[in-house]
Amino acid sequence: MTNLSDFTPNEMMTIAAARALSNDDVCFVGIGAPSAACNVARLTHAPDITLIYESGTIGTAPNVLPLSIGDGELCETAVTTVSVPEMFRYWLQGGRISIGFLGAAQLDRFGNINTTVIGDYHKPKVRLPGGGGAPEIASSCKEVFITMKQATRGMVEKIDFYTSFGHGDGGNHRERLGIRTKGPTLLITDLAIWKPDPETKEFTVVSMHRGVTRDKVQETCGWTVRFSERLEETPPPTELELTTLRELQARTEKAHSGKKGH
Amino acid sequence: MAKFQSLKEAVAENLRDGDTVAFEGFTHLIPHAAAHEVIRQGIKDLTLIRMTPDIVYDQMIGMGLAKKVIFSYAGNPGVGLLRRMRDAIENGWPRSIETVEHSHAAMANAYEAGAAGLPCAVFRGYLGAGLKEVNPAIKSITCPFTGEELAAVPAHRPDVAVIHAQKASRRGDVLVEGIVGVQKEAVLASRRSVVTVEEIVEDFDDLHPNLCVLPHWTVTSVVEVPGGAHPSYTHGYYERDNAAYLEWDRISADRDLFTAWMKENVLDRGPEVFAERVKGL
Repeated sequence: MTNLSDFTPNEMMTIAAARALSNDDVCFVGIGAPSAACNVARLTHAPDITLIYESGTIGTAPNVLPLSIGDGELCETAVTTVSVPEMFRYWLQGGRISIGFLGAAQLDRFGNINTTVIGDYHKPKVRLPGGGGAPEIASSCKEVFITMKQATRGMVEKIDFYTSFGHGDGGNHRERLGIRTKGPTLLITDLAIWKPDPETKEFTVVSMHRGVTRDKVQETCGWTVRFSERLEETPPPTELELTTLRELQARTEKAHSGKKGH
Repeated sequence: MAKFQSLKEAVAENLRDGDTVAFEGFTHLIPHAAAHEVIRQGIKDLTLIRMTPDIVYDQMIGMGLAKKVIFSYAGNPGVGLLRRMRDAIENGWPRSIETVEHSHAAMANAYEAGAAGLPCAVFRGYLGAGLKEVNPAIKSITCPFTGEELAAVPAHRPDVAVIHAQKASRRGDVLVEGIVGVQKEAVLASRRSVVTVEEIVEDFDDLHPNLCVLPHWTVTSVVEVPGGAHPSYTHGYYERDNAAYLEWDRISADRDLFTAWMKENVLDRGPEVFAERVKGL
C-alpha cells in the first residue's frame, strides 16, 4: 500500500505536471522531470497522448524512462521514427506539436530560460550543455510547460543568457518579435503551480502544494513572487498517480543499472 | 565507389590534418571505434561538427585534436556536462578551442542544405534566442513572397562524414535502421565518408523497400567493426551502455585519470576490442 501522506516535493512536481497533459496532446518531451511527467500522464489519465522525443521517435510508449533522448526503447515502442531534420522541419516547425516541455538551469519571471552559460558567454563561469532543441521548441510548439525545482540560483531576477525565449520583457513581446505561439503557459515547481498573468505575462503562483507556505516559495525564488488572489492548494497525489510514478522509476532504475561500463 | 578497408587504412586515406569532419549518430550509432582510430593516428587541427558532441568529441577534444567545434548540445546525455570540452573552453586544456554554437534545428537544417547542394539553410528559428547575438553565422533572410523574416545558417559541407551503421552489402550499400538521426544528410553533404558497420552481408535483397540505404557510390570507405558504436548502441545488435556514460563523468572529471584511461583503452588498443565491449549488452 502506498503511503499517500509521504510523497516528496519532486513527486508532487512530476504528478502536477502530468495532470496538465491531456489525451489529445502531442507533446515534445525533454529528458528528466518532463519525461517522467509525460509518461505518468500516459500511464494514468492520458493513455492516447502522443509523446515525441527529438531523436525522431513519434508516438513512443517506453516501459522505462530513457536515460538519453535517443534510447532504443523509444524507437522500439514508437509509431514511427523519422530523421532528425524531418523532426525539426515537418513536425516541430510545421506546427504539429501542442506542448513543448522544457526544464531550465536558470529561469526568470517571464519564462525565459538559460541552459547555456553562467556568466558571460565568451568567458563563462560555467559552460552548461546549451540549448539543443529548446530555442525552436520554445517558439514552434503551441504552448510551453516548464518544470524545475525552486532555488534562488535557478529562479533569478535576470538570466545570463536567453537560450530560449519565453515572454521576453513581458506583455506582448512575443508578438512584437513575430512569434505566433503562446509560449510558456505553465510553470510547475516542487512547491507550486504558476501561470503567467494575462496582461504582464509574469508568472504568478496559482496553487501551492500541500504543506508549502508563501514564505517557502519566496525564499527559494530570486524575484519578488506574486501570488494569485485566488490561491489554491494543489490536490496531493492519488494512490494511482504515486504508484504509477514509483513503479516507473523503479523499473527505470533496474533497467539502467547492471550494465557493464567500459 | 565504396572501398572495403581496414579501419586504419580508411582513416589514414580519408582524414587529414585541418579537415572539417562530422561524426554523426544521434545517441544511437555513434562511431566510437572510428574516432578512436583518429585519436591513435593523431590527426590534428580538426574542425569537428556534431549536433551533440557527446563522449566521442569529449575524447577527441581532450586529446587535443580539435581546433574548432560546431555543435548544438554539449552534454553527456542523461548524465550532465562534457568535462573535457568544458576544460578546453574554460581553461584552454590541452589547447583552446573555438566554438560555434547552434540549435538542433539549425544543425539539422544545415546538414540537409549541405546534402541538397544549397549554400545555406532557411528555417523559422532563433526567435528571441541569444545565440544569434553571439554566433555571427546566424543571419536572417526575408521571404520574398510573404515578407516573413526567417533564420539562415551556412550549409554544412564537411570534408569527411564518419558514421556507424548496421550492415553493408558486398557491393558497399549501407543500411541504417532505428533512430536514423542526420547520418544520411551528413554523408550526402560531405566530400568523403567512412562508414563502419556491424557486419557485411551478401546483399540487401530481402529488405523493406523504404529503408534508409546509402548506395555504395555515395560512400568512400566501408569497414567492418562489430561493436563499433560502443558505448552508444546499435539497434538490433546491442543496447546503450548507460553505465559507461555514467562512468565517463568520473573519468573525464580529472585530467590525469582521463589521460591514463585514454592510453589504456584507446591508444594501446585496436578496433578489435569493441566486439568484446558489447558482449552481454
